[in-house]
Amino acid sequence: MPRIQVVPLLEIVRETPTTTTYRFRADFGGKPGQFLMVWIPRYDELPMALSYLGGVKGITVRDYGDATHALAAFSAGDRIGIRGPYGNAFRLEGQTILAVGGGSGMASMIAAIEAFAQQGACVVTAVGAKTAEELLFVERANACGEMHIATDDGSRGSQGFVPPLADKLMERVSFDLVLTCGPEKMMKAIVDLAAKRDVPVQASLERYMKCGIGICDACALDDKLVCWDGPVFTGEELLASEEFGHWRRAKDGRRIPV
Amino acid sequence: MVDLRTEIAGVALRNPTMLASGFLDETGGSMARVYKAGAGAVVTKSVGPVPREGYPNPTIVELDAGLLNAVGLPNPGVVEFEHEVKRAQAAGAVVIGSVYGKDADEYAAVAAKMSTYGVQAIELNLSCPHAKGLGTEIAQDEAAVRDFTREVKDVVDIPVFPKLSPNVQDIAKFAVAAEEGGADGIVAINTLKAMAITPELKMPSLANRFGGLSGPAIRPIGVRAVYDICEKVHIPVIGVGGVGSGRDALEYIMAGASAVQIGTSILSRGLGVFDQVVKEMASLLEEGGFRSVSEAIGVAHA
Repeated sequence: MPRIQVVPLLEIVRETPTTTTYRFRADFGGKPGQFLMVWIPRYDELPMALSYLGGVKGITVRDYGDATHALAAFSAGDRIGIRGPYGNAFRLEGQTILAVGGGSGMASMIAAIEAFAQQGACVVTAVGAKTAEELLFVERANACGEMHIATDDGSRGSQGFVPPLADKLMERVSFDLVLTCGPEKMMKAIVDLAAKRDVPVQASLERYMKCGIGICDACALDDKLVCWDGPVFTGEELLASEEFGHWRRAKDGRRIPV
Repeated sequence: MVDLRTEIAGVALRNPTMLASGFLDETGGSMARVYKAGAGAVVTKSVGPVPREGYPNPTIVELDAGLLNAVGLPNPGVVEFEHEVKRAQAAGAVVIGSVYGKDADEYAAVAAKMSTYGVQAIELNLSCPHAKGLGTEIAQDEAAVRDFTREVKDVVDIPVFPKLSPNVQDIAKFAVAAEEGGADGIVAINTLKAMAITPELKMPSLANRFGGLSGPAIRPIGVRAVYDICEKVHIPVIGVGGVGSGRDALEYIMAGASAVQIGTSILSRGLGVFDQVVKEMASLLEEGGFRSVSEAIGVAHA
């Protein structure tokens, strides 16, 4: 059985005013889209996508609560617990790919964008954020192919949300596949847009988790588990879902709006 | 063909496996999925009077010997839970409602509410080893086990199965107390109180510090408990603890259990574990010359 590993942080990189990357060495594999359960000692254990694969792995975390705030104060040499990698991965099939990322959702998708580019696919990335300084991994995405930006306040790229930008790109190019990760309402819009054009889509979902290994039922999505059947789901699965884009589970298991 | 159907206090099961409480049973969708995967019945997450978030993470630790957890009884509360039960039942699942409370009145109120949802039986979680004030103390007091069982029996007209703690000197005495309280069956055992420490961090691995151990390590303890209980009571027993194969299940059956519950082994064998356990039991029973699972119940007492 996989067990927890305690690893020192090798490097900490501030990516945006609210988002930080933590690098560490781990002796397990990991595929684009998979996640770890990350223990921030004395605070919490949270699911976090791998934003860097290879020998020196990375997670990229938005500071949004007590535990992530505590983590933001960690220095190189401080230790975290990790277990995983868990979940499925993006399936790297197709030659012409559109990747649509919103906010910190780019953290889950960037490894897939790079893997597609590495295998010779043509990757177009549409990145959205509230402001220019909150844009995540634009340099890495830019190195993989064409890149387009939308910001809510218009401080960089086109002004507005990312779905209209993605719609324009899909109008222009016939993509083999759309990848998406970001706020669920945004992903719902992207899944619907791709379905309208009959383009396959893979979306990486986020849910509160306790176990990460398919037993606690905290991350249930209809009759599926985000930790076990996901986090990457296909457009068909999501279009058939009653809960995607509408409902998630609170820590006590109650269904609450996304 | 070996007849694998079993019956516990009038609850008919297509096979003697059940989903143990605490695993994939907080939502109707997951319970339906487990039933479709082959479980004879599903036991719900333990549900209380009001929503409860449970403990902060880490709430589980995977060990070689099994699984250590202190999830802390998260649940949406009995009112909200109706939707989940109905959803599981719509898929055909046989559902047993697990309930907890802080006192006998709360247990009775939650059980009464749960019984209106059409569940086949009530399991009383009298023995969660890590939720302070919610069952832990009850499990240590024979009179409380008897009284709580009786209060619940008074308000429901479906079978009531108290789930007992192994963290006591003599579990059979508690089974006798439950029987005196009118229990229709006994579920044994809950998890064993345990702790893991992460040496690199010099601290317990669970946020709650200690929790309950399940899985292969506790199977011999569970089998012994069921064997002892069956010597002392006349009501059916449901065996729980470390069942991951047909052979494991038969240990419990031969110790006297009428059915077994499965939880932790889902981790190692997936949801196919229910089907596999049933198939393995069938072939072992056939080899042993049994025509039905009921013929094998308690044969180790001879």
